[in-house]
Amino acid sequence: MTETQIVTVADPVVQVENLNFFYGNAKALHNIGLDFPRNQVTALIGPSGCGKSTLLRCINRMNDLVDTARVEGSILLDGMEINTPTMDVIELRRRVGMVFQKSNPFPKSIYENVIYGMRIAGIGDKATLDETVERSLKSAALWDEVKDRLHESALGLSGGQMQRLCIARAIAVNPEVVLMDEPCSALDPKSTARVEELIADLRDRYTIIIVTHNMQQAARVSDYTAFLFEGILIEFGETKNLFVKPKNKQTEDYITGRFG
Amino acid sequence: MNDFWRKGEPYIWTTAAALATTLLLAAVLIVVVLVNGLGVFWPSRVAVAELQDGTRVMGEIIRHEAIFDGEGQRVQFKIGNRDLYGLDFRWVNEADINRMSYPDDVIVLERQEHGNFYGTLANLEGRTVTSPAQGWAELRQRLRQLAGEQDRIAEMSGKLADLNGQVARLRLRERKLLYRGLTAEDARVAELQTRRETLERRFHELADQQSDLISSLRERTATFVDVSGNEREMPLVDIVRPYQPNRMSLPAKVAHYAGKLWELLSDEPRESNTEGGLFPAIFGTVMLIFVMSLFSFPLGVLAAIYLREYAKEGVIVRMVRIAVNNLAGIPSIVYGIFGLAFFVYGIGGSIDQLFFPERLPDPTFGTGGILWASLTLSLLTVPVVIVATEEALGAIPNGVREGSLALGATKLQTLTRILLPMASPGIMTGLILAMARAAGEVAPLMITGVVKLAPSLPLDGQFPFLHLDRKFMHLGFHIYDIGFQSPNVEAAKPMVFVTTLLLVLIVLVMSSVAIRLRNKMKKRYTYSTF
Repeated sequence: MTETQIVTVADPVVQVENLNFFYGNAKALHNIGLDFPRNQVTALIGPSGCGKSTLLRCINRMNDLVDTARVEGSILLDGMEINTPTMDVIELRRRVGMVFQKSNPFPKSIYENVIYGMRIAGIGDKATLDETVERSLKSAALWDEVKDRLHESALGLSGGQMQRLCIARAIAVNPEVVLMDEPCSALDPKSTARVEELIADLRDRYTIIIVTHNMQQAARVSDYTAFLFEGILIEFGETKNLFVKPKNKQTEDYITGRFG
Repeated sequence: MNDFWRKGEPYIWTTAAALATTLLLAAVLIVVVLVNGLGVFWPSRVAVAELQDGTRVMGEIIRHEAIFDGEGQRVQFKIGNRDLYGLDFRWVNEADINRMSYPDDVIVLERQEHGNFYGTLANLEGRTVTSPAQGWAELRQRLRQLAGEQDRIAEMSGKLADLNGQVARLRLRERKLLYRGLTAEDARVAELQTRRETLERRFHELADQQSDLISSLRERTATFVDVSGNEREMPLVDIVRPYQPNRMSLPAKVAHYAGKLWELLSDEPRESNTEGGLFPAIFGTVMLIFVMSLFSFPLGVLAAIYLREYAKEGVIVRMVRIAVNNLAGIPSIVYGIFGLAFFVYGIGGSIDQLFFPERLPDPTFGTGGILWASLTLSLLTVPVVIVATEEALGAIPNGVREGSLALGATKLQTLTRILLPMASPGIMTGLILAMARAAGEVAPLMITGVVKLAPSLPLDGQFPFLHLDRKFMHLGFHIYDIGFQSPNVEAAKPMVFVTTLLLVLIVLVMSSVAIRLRNKMKKRYTYSTF
């Protein structure tokens, strides 16, 4: 058993304690304990199948959609337990937004995509919606590119623009936490650079948890990094420490590219 | 040579040949129907053949064929005049024909009964016709005058039907009261009775007026002679349309054709369906498909949504899916029998007992009708809709579902706002297939409410306007009926082709509309990957 480095975080938003996760009989996460700091970017790294996406999807309970999934342990959002039957999943997902690996705009106009979260919440006031669209698209650094064609289909955008639209859509409902599941893996380097800049800008207002395969990206955009391996949290710490002076041999091997 | 096999050329050819064969067969079918169907209304020339034995034959030449077991050819004439000869067609050996001519004065009469008459005008309302041209002009003028009178008769028929309907309703109300235990002396029953009797008096007065008018019109007659000199006197009102095909110019022929076409689309059939129009059958077919869609579309889509989006994947769901797919393979007559037993006798019979007991033993819903036929067909087509909808929903990338749910949407919101619009082109495809299948079914209809001749449409001006309990006519059944059940199959043949052509056209029009709609949706909702 490796020694998990517990770093105390001053102001945690999401606190994961003793989290075990099962797909049927297969255990995917082993006893994870981790605090995500407020208004910081935390990167989850690790080789394929190590459970980083599973951990991410536990935080907004997207794993509920998997029939055989089972969770043990606790996750607190602002001190409130989310793994209870009484938790309003809809409310949770409004507070914890998500951006996916493959951009998934809806087959609607750009405008309707951004306000989708508000529409389903029943907000129909035109001025509020207009204001939200402009604010979100500006935050997602997409406003200048699309402001003249807000009512055209979102499916006409380029891949990078689509992913930024998905980010705008996620932040339109003002979540506290934004989960990003390898948001740049399907993008070209130029679009990736834009999304990374965007993450840096968003850090002031949102807590961001990002899963990435790309070590350089983790090093560039994150303040904290957690390294997972085979469902176990190997090491967690400030990015600058973890990358420069990893305390664990496995972490060192992974970030220096000896495996994974 | 080795190379030839290695590159797989033969396999490509096999696939291409398979496609070509299918297309060819379909094309042949369509061409046969088109060629035979389109020519039916064209006024062909009437020939007079002088035979070696001195007799003469007059009629339209239908076809030539080699004599079986002999030399030369023989010709088939459509000689008409069924009331004189008994048969419409006659074969003549070409060798027996001395001379063929196409006299200008030949008149063809389309009649209310006994089929076409071929001959010349001899006598018009008691006056002998001396000049054929003048006689023809006078005949047409008389017929035009009669048209006004005939409109009056039709108007009276409408009024009579109205009165009859009112009387029938009053009688039913009376029976209802009696059924509830009131006696005939009760004031309410008596009041209904007096009202009914007044209406009945009016009905009889009008009916008498109408029959007087009709018999006075029938006294106006004309006498025609056939080619052998046989005379035939007939009332002018029996003549539907006279024409002189050998004298007609091209525009006149085109006008004749258009007139017949219009009659086909707008009129009711005559002469046990072999002549006249097909309007009731067209109406019945379209309405049947429409009502069928109203049932099968929502049912199939909802069932597919449950199967795909809500049901937990497992043995039961898999079995249900297999069962649904197999439903499409059950012979349609079995659906018909089920419809008869369950819908007509089961549900229809119960409705009659609960809501119309006073009418028994006359059934209201407990007999075949357009409602039950539509329900039976929707049962038959619902698997198609389910499979298509399921596939359309399954083809939507999971990321879209997750994207919506991750924004705090409920499953229902995701379904109605995202998934259904995206699946709509696929669902439309299912509906198109279902409609095409339903339009082509005849067997289940034959025992759930289709009839050879329906006295009234299932949708008309009489309260309550929509009569889903009524029996109806259908183009598919019409084809079977006139093609195989008609007493005069040979004479009905052209109509079979015309009806087939019409049915194919209706399916084509309905599918084109649906396909246009689908393409519009596709443009809006297609999810392109980058």
